[in-house]
Formats: sequence, C-alpha cells, structure tokens
Amino acid sequence: MIAIVKYNAGNIASVKNAVERLGYNCSVTDDEIEIRRAAKVIFPGVGEASSAMEYLRERKMDRLIRSLEQPVLGICLGLQLLCRHSEEGNTNCLGLFDTSVKRFPTTDIVPHIGWNDLKQTRSLLFDGFGSEDTVYFVHSYYAEICSQTIATCDYILPFSAAMQHRNFFATQFHPEKSASVGERILGNFLKL
Amino acid sequence: MLRKRIIPCLDIKDGRTVKGVNFVGLRDAGDAVELAKRYVREGADELVFLDITATVEKRKNLTELVEKIAREINIPFTVGGGINSLEDAQAIIKAGADKVSINTAAVQHPELITEIAAEFGSQCVVLAIDTKLEHDEWIVYIHGGRTPTPLRAVDWAREGERRGAGEILLTSMNNDGTKNGFALDITATISAGVNIPVIASGGAGTMNHFADLFQQTKASAALAASIFHFGEIAIPQLKQFLRQQQVEVRIQQT
Repeated sequence: MIAIVKYNAGNIASVKNAVERLGYNCSVTDDEIEIRRAAKVIFPGVGEASSAMEYLRERKMDRLIRSLEQPVLGICLGLQLLCRHSEEGNTNCLGLFDTSVKRFPTTDIVPHIGWNDLKQTRSLLFDGFGSEDTVYFVHSYYAEICSQTIATCDYILPFSAAMQHRNFFATQFHPEKSASVGERILGNFLKL
Repeated sequence: MLRKRIIPCLDIKDGRTVKGVNFVGLRDAGDAVELAKRYVREGADELVFLDITATVEKRKNLTELVEKIAREINIPFTVGGGINSLEDAQAIIKAGADKVSINTAAVQHPELITEIAAEFGSQCVVLAIDTKLEHDEWIVYIHGGRTPTPLRAVDWAREGERRGAGEILLTSMNNDGTKNGFALDITATISAGVNIPVIASGGAGTMNHFADLFQQTKASAALAASIFHFGEIAIPQLKQFLRQQQVEVRIQQT
C-alpha cells in the first residue's frame, strides 16, 4: 500500500491517479498508523507553506513525517516543506533537507510554469532519464542547491529540482503531470 | 531551457467534444477523453477544455468528465467556461483539473481571481481575455465575445496579474478563425507588460504562424483548436519545425 499524505494542500487527486495508473494501490490518508505501515509515503502538494506547516503542526503530523523510515517522496510544496526554512510566510519547515526556500527574483516570468530539463541527475529516481527528457514545473519558490541535491534545473538561476537525504526523496517538478517521463520517475520511486 | 508550450483546446458540450473534430483512427471522435489521450500521445504540452454547455443541470456532467480526464491523462489541463464563483472553481479543481480559466465572471467580479488564487494558489488561475481591435484600442469583450466592456486588454491583463492570476490566456477576436496568424502586436505588448506567462490564442493557420509568435513576442504558449482537430497541423511535425526555427519545444520521446 502506498500512502499519500492528506493535508490542506491541493493537487492530491492527480498524484493518486498517477500511482493507480502505475498499478499500485494507494490511500489518501492522515491516519498515523496507516501512514507508518505504508510501503512508501508520498507527500505531495500545491499550496502555501506557512498554512500547510501550521496544519501539520496542529495535528502533530510534522513529527510523524520526520520520523518515517520507509521511502518518502515529497512533491512540489512537499519538497519545500522538507527543507529547513521557506521565505513564503517566513516559515520554519521540517528541516530534513539542509537548505532553504526562496522566492524567484522577478527578472523573468514568475511562476516558472512549463516543461524544463534536468541537469546533474544522480539518483535511482532518474534511472532511464534521457538527455532530451523534460518534466513539468509550476512554482514561484525554489530550494537552493545543497549537498543533498540530486538534480538541478536552471530557470532565472540554478536550483534544486530534486533532493535526497536518507529515505527522503523530493522533486520540485510534478512527476504525476510529466507524461511518460514522469511516470518512469514515479515508477522508479515506487520500486525502491 | 524552459520550453514553449503547444496547447490544443477542446470544446465540450454535455460531456462530449463538439465542433471541428475530424480525426481518423479514433473510436469515437466526439469523445473528449479519447481525443485528449491522442493529443497527449502526440506530445501536447497541456490541454484546455472549454465547457460550452448552456444549462446548469448538465454541468454536473462536466465534473464527471473532469474526473475521467484526470484519471486518464498524465499532463496538466485547464478547464474553463461558465466558472462564475469560487464554488464552481472548487468543484472543477477537486475533480482533478490543474487550473481553471475564468473570463466573464472575472470582469464582473474581479475579486474572484483573488479568491481562487488565495485558496488554490495563483498557478491554478488562468485569466482568459477575449479582445478586439476597435478604433486603435484593444477592447475586452465578455459573454463569449458578444458584449464589449470599457476595459483595455493591456490594463486588464495587468490588473489580473496584480489580483493573483497565474497566467493570461489572450484571444484576439480579430484573428480567431481567420487562419491568418496570431495577433502579434497585442500579444507582444501584453507579454512584455506582465510578468506572468501569456498563452496566445486565435488565428493559427500554418506552422510559420507559431514560429512568428514565439520569435516576435514573449508568449509562453500557443493555443489552437481546429487546425489540430482537423489534422491540418500535426503536433509532432509542428514541434520539429519549431525546433528547426530555433524555438525551444519539448519533443515527446516514444
């Protein structure tokens, strides 16, 4: 069973659909026991950082997520919440990735919306990822590059497109919306 | 490099696609989901579904259709047409749409842009602007292009951005349906005047028109309907052509 963490962030249905298209059973849940027992946990989300963190803290889900031992995949806001701090709402986040989240400078169009390529991919997550492949991004905040960065993307400036620390993986882009390329990345995670 | 996006638009009525669909090899050319899946296979970067259903009771079909689309396709999609309130937007987004497009309701109640953005984020809100050149001014029209407003398209686009729209879908009524090319002047003005992506719509007839758009304006995406539905331009060929013209596009690997 794959658990998708249910909280006050949007876009969770698309992640569930994508996992099911790959042939896995999944459950969208905020139940601690169910999340702890899941083979893999996905922590998705589109939304605002401070209200999401407040929601997680009120329900003690911040401690739950931090203490998970199975492979966890944060997506988009999920990636940002796994970092130390976000400029969005001046929010202290979960602190699993040793980097902070900043707003893109407005020297080009913000949000960064659309298909972009990945550089310096180094992880099992990107098994089979080709040099011509692109993935779908939609975000106005980015995580700075750090030693846990496992893929970068360049838009306005280079940033962390994916990160990994221990059992925690995360992508700034949306594998669930990145056509067959994204399905492969999600599939690689689910096979870990 | 961020790729320029090619976006087919599908008109939906009572849960099916209407007008200008003439595809060989589709089991049912009127089935929106089948058509959407075909475009995904061909390398469309996103899809827009425009609901032109008139009656309220039949709009329930739309939510069911959106759920079905969300289950079956793996690229982002926008749903527009008749979204008049936060509740309408909530129903569409909860059903699985990535974005909603609002037009008439945004002009009549501009706070709707902010309300949807506050709940789901700016990236969920596409402000659709239908505009027509009259006496040297690009004027905003509503009600599917039937009613003029006092708004100038440039001002309205800027206000939409300020109120929280994440993208502008700009349709030139002068160009729409002509196949004479996109309205390059107003698209250039608006795409340079806002700091959010502009999707250009109306007038695509040849592959060169797409190249002109991306070379002469800052548009992030191009939207078209009938030329794709009738197979006059196939998306894979269009993208190869654009790449030869030094326009960065995503080429679908098979």
